[in-house]
Amino acid sequence: MNVQIQLFAAARDAVGTSPVTIDLPDSPNVADLRLQLAADFPKLNSVAKTLLVAVNQQYADDEQLLSENDSIACFPPVSGG
Amino acid sequence: MISITSNPIDSAAVTDAVRDHRAGAVVLFLGTVREFTGETQTASLAYEAFAEMAIASLEEIVAAAQEKWSLVRCAVMHRVGPLELGEIAVAVAVSSAHRGPAFEAGQWIMDTIKQQTPIWKKEFFADGTTEWVHPEQGVPPGRETAPTSAKGTKS
Repeated sequence: MNVQIQLFAAARDAVGTSPVTIDLPDSPNVADLRLQLAADFPKLNSVAKTLLVAVNQQYADDEQLLSENDSIACFPPVSGG
Repeated sequence: MISITSNPIDSAAVTDAVRDHRAGAVVLFLGTVREFTGETQTASLAYEAFAEMAIASLEEIVAAAQEKWSLVRCAVMHRVGPLELGEIAVAVAVSSAHRGPAFEAGQWIMDTIKQQTPIWKKEFFADGTTEWVHPEQGVPPGRETAPTSAKGTKS
C-alpha cells in the first residue's frame, strides 16, 4: 500500500522535499516503514537511526501496525524550547 | 492560552493569562535566544513545528501537569520562524495557590516540552554555518506524560 509521509527539519532537508510517498507491503508496521524509507531515500542515512515516527500525531513504536488512511510523519529528535 | 505563533511573544500577556484570585503565586519562564554556547557564537535561530501535533503535545503536557500539581492556570506560547538574539522563543506561565507547585510544574512543563513536543531549532552560527539541533537521545518518552520528578535537564 502507498503511504504519504510528512518530513520535518533535518529529515526534510536531507530528502529535499515533503511529503514523500513510499510503497509498503500489506499489513505493514512502523518497522517496515523505517526500512522502506531508508531504502528509498539513502540521503536520510545521516538521520535515519534516530528518526521518530508519528502516526495520526501520536508517537508510534516499531510494532505498531499501519492502515491505509493513517497520517504519518517522520522527524529527528525534537529540540523545541 | 496554549499556542504556537510566528509573532513576537508578549510575556506580560502570557503572565496575565494565568493570574487569578485563586492564585497566590505566579511563575513565568522565558526561553530566550542565547548568543554563546561555550565558544560557539550564535547569530540567530529559527524554529520549525509540526503544528497540529505540537499544539496537541502542549495541551497534553499542560493537562498532565494539572493532574499532578494543584494549579490554577497554565499558559504556553512557543514561537516559530526566525528569531534574533535575546528574543523569546517560548513562554510558560503557571499559577497556583502557593509557590511550590507553580515552580515545580513550570520546570516540569518546560523540561517535557523539550523532550516531547515536535518543534525543532536551527542554529545560524556567527561563522556562517547552520545546523539543526537534534539531540542524541532519540525516542522521547512518547505517550507517557506522567511526571516523575521536578528535576530535568537544563536548557
